Amino acid sequence: MLENIFVSSLNWLKNLMAAVELPAPLADMLILVIKLAAILGFILINALWLVYMERKVSAFIQGRIGPNRVGPFGLLQTTMDVLKLISKEIIIPAAADKKLFLLAPLMIFVPPLAIFAIVPFGKGMAAIDLNLGVYYFVAMASLSTVIIWMAGWSSNNKYALLGGMRVVAQMVSYEMPLILSMIGVIILTGTLNMNGIIQAQEKVWFIFLQPVAATIYLIAALAETNRTPFDLVEGESEIISGPFTEYSGMGFAFFFLAEYANVLLVSVMATTLFFGGWLAPFGWTFLPSWFWFIFKVYIMVFIFMWVRWTFPRIRVDQLMGFAWKVLVPLAIANIFLTGLGKYLFLS
Amino acid sequence: MAVRQEEFVLNMGPQHPSTHGVFRIVLTLDGETVVKADPVPGYLHRGIEKLAEARTYTQVIPYTDRLDYLASMLMNWGYVQAVEKLMGIEVPLRAEYIRVIVGELARIASHLVATGAMASDLGGLTGFLYTFRDREEILDLFEMVCGSRLTASYMRIGGVAKDLPEGFVPKAKEFLKKFTLSLAEYNGLITGNEIFQRRTKNVGILSAEKAVDMSLSGPVLRASGVGHDLRKVRPYSIYPQFEFEVPLRTNGDCFDRYYLRVLEMAESVKIIEQALASLPEGPVMAKIPRIIKPPAGEVYTEIESSKGIMGVYIVSDGSPKPYRVHFRRPSFINLGYLAEMVRGWKVADVVAILGSLDIVLGEVDC
Repeated sequence: MLENIFVSSLNWLKNLMAAVELPAPLADMLILVIKLAAILGFILINALWLVYMERKVSAFIQGRIGPNRVGPFGLLQTTMDVLKLISKEIIIPAAADKKLFLLAPLMIFVPPLAIFAIVPFGKGMAAIDLNLGVYYFVAMASLSTVIIWMAGWSSNNKYALLGGMRVVAQMVSYEMPLILSMIGVIILTGTLNMNGIIQAQEKVWFIFLQPVAATIYLIAALAETNRTPFDLVEGESEIISGPFTEYSGMGFAFFFLAEYANVLLVSVMATTLFFGGWLAPFGWTFLPSWFWFIFKVYIMVFIFMWVRWTFPRIRVDQLMGFAWKVLVPLAIANIFLTGLGKYLFLS
Repeated sequence: MAVRQEEFVLNMGPQHPSTHGVFRIVLTLDGETVVKADPVPGYLHRGIEKLAEARTYTQVIPYTDRLDYLASMLMNWGYVQAVEKLMGIEVPLRAEYIRVIVGELARIASHLVATGAMASDLGGLTGFLYTFRDREEILDLFEMVCGSRLTASYMRIGGVAKDLPEGFVPKAKEFLKKFTLSLAEYNGLITGNEIFQRRTKNVGILSAEKAVDMSLSGPVLRASGVGHDLRKVRPYSIYPQFEFEVPLRTNGDCFDRYYLRVLEMAESVKIIEQALASLPEGPVMAKIPRIIKPPAGEVYTEIESSKGIMGVYIVSDGSPKPYRVHFRRPSFINLGYLAEMVRGWKVADVVAILGSLDIVLGEVDC
């Protein structure tokens, strides 16, 4: 019953449309719109919740209390913060490239939104079950580099420019180990479909078969989301706020929330690739698959937050050296070993 | 296509999260590498030395709080010691003990800010909150002693304002016990962190010769391998009665400057423990005239403050107001090599180097 609550309600909707004799193309379109609206709602609510969660987790780690004034347990704090930011003036610096400056915060939500369309939230719960899922993820995820660079360049601010240069260097370098670490999994499964990858983990999760790849993925994912110890792009104590220095009001809020959407995204991918996605651990199927999925994602998110509030920041040259001299060779070696293992044992 | 390269000027500060206040450095950058640095202090100048000329000797004490406001007790001490020397006042023994206790507590409080700020300058905000958790308890102790947490104004010419309150000694002992454990925690969270070490080791190296040439002092000097601590080499007050080491590091890089402060805090704990154990009874104020009128003449005394050698120079013309007061502020003098130290390093290292020098703008700009 619980397991199929989302799938069956969608089926009920489909039946309803058939009953009122809606033309088929229109009905399909409506279903798709509903699915995407659900994803949009999921991301936005999660981004709001994650800001709150981060503040609570950081407070827990630092021995503080965290937000506890607005709403029960301070739950409405971020909602109110966003409402406040909406009401604020959007200041455009006189020397800024106005079009790009305004376009960047609008675009920043596009990549995460587009990627979530293919995420299987539970059994049979992907909005679009794409065969090239992982490839699509990699392609879309790299787009956010361009958008942050847009923000950094158009602000016409020196700190923003430094941050923009850093974002290009960092995200391009860390995409390499990120992609290479995924290849190990893809060799094992022989598919790029996210549901296929999850189903291949029915017996054993890939974290146990691909521990090196999983570690590389987690490190590269931290860098991809620009979080400590790789938060050079924002680097508050060095370059104020990097590309986002000049943004105020809603523009700032968009970048802020997009960061959390991206954290959610890499956690989702980690869950899918290495932690068995929506599969229940130990055969505990009495809880629905979507519950397990969200549960695992939140454990990943917590780990990311834990790292963020413990480590200091790495330096630019060390960051590049680490990616190209440590992570990439390691990932390539992992691919080689995986291929060798598959050739020896599985064929 | 021809690629044009040029350097650009980045104005860092006075409004910047990690210039420790309103310090300003004009950096000429080649990409992220510093080609030239131009420190511009002075944004917090209040003219304390000039103001002192229009105040009586006692009224100057609150102004010294505003020098190094992270260790105001030590600043008070430096000033009152100079006036006492000028007038030839003998301070009662109990007052000297109390001065050592609160002075060393202030040293810990100041080093805690330096330690935590170093961590947060490198992006690890949690370290900052951990050190401030403990600093808070020292400030609570100060509040017990004089009712004020930051700007103490506790010392007077001839002693201290009032005796230690009831319950201070057990509370201080309790704090010291807890604090030893906290030091291990900092070493786990900050000192031992791989990234922290990579960011600070061999960065911004300062040689012993250069440090001596520019008359740098305090932890910055001792991290370069020069064991010069006034409490040992030219003892004042009752420091010869206590057993403690002067920690020494030899590399002179950011890590040593940071770690030396952690080691110094452990030594300060030893001093306070000894002082609390052997605290004598007696008055806390010497017999001093109602109106403080030092004889005409001049005096210069120094103490080892948390940032280095804090010197006070007073010229008296025999009136109740000083003719001229000058403070030797270690933060300001320790900045002497900043421009040279940051040259060739990245922007991120500028923050680390500045953090490791541990400046307080109240003292730099006076």
